[in-house]
Amino acid sequence: MEVTSIQDGIIIDHVPAGTALKVLDYLSINPASTKLALIMNTDSHRYGTKDIIKIEDPDTAIDLDVLGLVARSATVDVIHGGRIVDKMTPTLPERVVNVITCVNPRCVTTTEPGIDQVFYLDRTDGEAYRCRYCDEEAEF
Amino acid sequence: MHSHTPAEQSMVGMSVITLDDLSVANITTLLNKARYIDTHRREVAHTCDGRVLATLFYEPSTRTRLSFETAMLRLGGQVIGFAGAQLASVTKGESISDTLKTVSNYVDVVAIRHPKEGAALVAAEAASVPVINAGDGGHMHPTQTLADLATLQSRFGRVNDLTIGLCGDLTFGRTVHSLIETLCRFGNVRFILISPKELRTPQYVLNRINATPSCSYEEVSDLTSVIGDLDALYMTRVQKERFFNEDDYLRLRDTYILDEAKLALAKPDMAVLHPLPRVNEIAKDVDNDPRAAYFEQVKNGMLMRMALESSVLGDTLPGFDAFENKEVAA
Repeated sequence: MEVTSIQDGIIIDHVPAGTALKVLDYLSINPASTKLALIMNTDSHRYGTKDIIKIEDPDTAIDLDVLGLVARSATVDVIHGGRIVDKMTPTLPERVVNVITCVNPRCVTTTEPGIDQVFYLDRTDGEAYRCRYCDEEAEF
Repeated sequence: MHSHTPAEQSMVGMSVITLDDLSVANITTLLNKARYIDTHRREVAHTCDGRVLATLFYEPSTRTRLSFETAMLRLGGQVIGFAGAQLASVTKGESISDTLKTVSNYVDVVAIRHPKEGAALVAAEAASVPVINAGDGGHMHPTQTLADLATLQSRFGRVNDLTIGLCGDLTFGRTVHSLIETLCRFGNVRFILISPKELRTPQYVLNRINATPSCSYEEVSDLTSVIGDLDALYMTRVQKERFFNEDDYLRLRDTYILDEAKLALAKPDMAVLHPLPRVNEIAKDVDNDPRAAYFEQVKNGMLMRMALESSVLGDTLPGFDAFENKEVAA
């Protein structure tokens, strides 16, 4: 499968297979109004399969914290004039505010008005995000 | 003139939402204070004169509320509050934050119980006075664990160098998880985890024990085979609704009921604890056995709440300094 190279924009590579649309959603990139190519479930040496997102837009900015949250294996290539000018890897943020929502129906965030959805990175048993209020693990 | 020790000073003005808010030194101070209060009721009766506690109980829990309220009354303070959200402005849709911002103007300390997990943290962030979590859904109930620790302390004079059996529902029992995690902070505890395979201890709790080199655990399904090794036995209820089918429940239920016959196999000074209320998991004939410590646990709960309420208010227990210094010297 061949997709033309982009001139100015970014390539998000090594996105977990099948999750590219979800990643775009979390990054607040609207596929209905952005010039982009999605390659899904393609071969990957490292992971077996992967998704790739190519965005042709020099002004696109990626929130690496949010990317780390939903696709921690992803890598980002910044392209100018058809060449890679920068490579970035997402970081795992210690704290995430109003990006994900607690799924625990018993959590106070489901009823308390005006409350921020705050998650913290818990490293005690692997790396998981937990709700600051009820400690429930985040689901993506 | 009394001067606060660092462990005391760090508790002044503090909200206690989980036991992680308290250091081991803080908890040790509270245990010492509870012991002092028990034997010096008259001396401490005016410690919190002029103070007001609010008990905001959004769901009924009569025993816990009475314990918090009695604690303040016995320290000379007074109590306001509500029990059951139907009486409160909550029915008009007021947020927890707004309620706490309002109540903070009236009182010096708040105890809150709420069915939603994390509610006590929301309350503490909104309040300008210390907030004590009196149970937020199935999440945390730190003063129950303090009562458990005080009971071990009063029976054994220590909370470590013990073999502690925890029996029954070890999957969903928050009191069990909180007790294990807190005992791991003190170290030197051997846990015997006694449960049907359907109700075993969650992996994250086992990881906590594994991460503590001085602690160890063993998982078994038969109470009678291990009861003789235990210094303390913490019983919890095996609830019918936790099982997928009735047959399994009926088959297992009796295995986890403590009665005199099973107790006959235990050490003569073993302590039996239970967070209460019990249903049928401890037979009534055990109540008269000197090893039954569960009603003593209720008393210790009140003493620990007295220690905690006075500590977060920064109110000094008259005579406690001298008592503690004497203890250290001895």
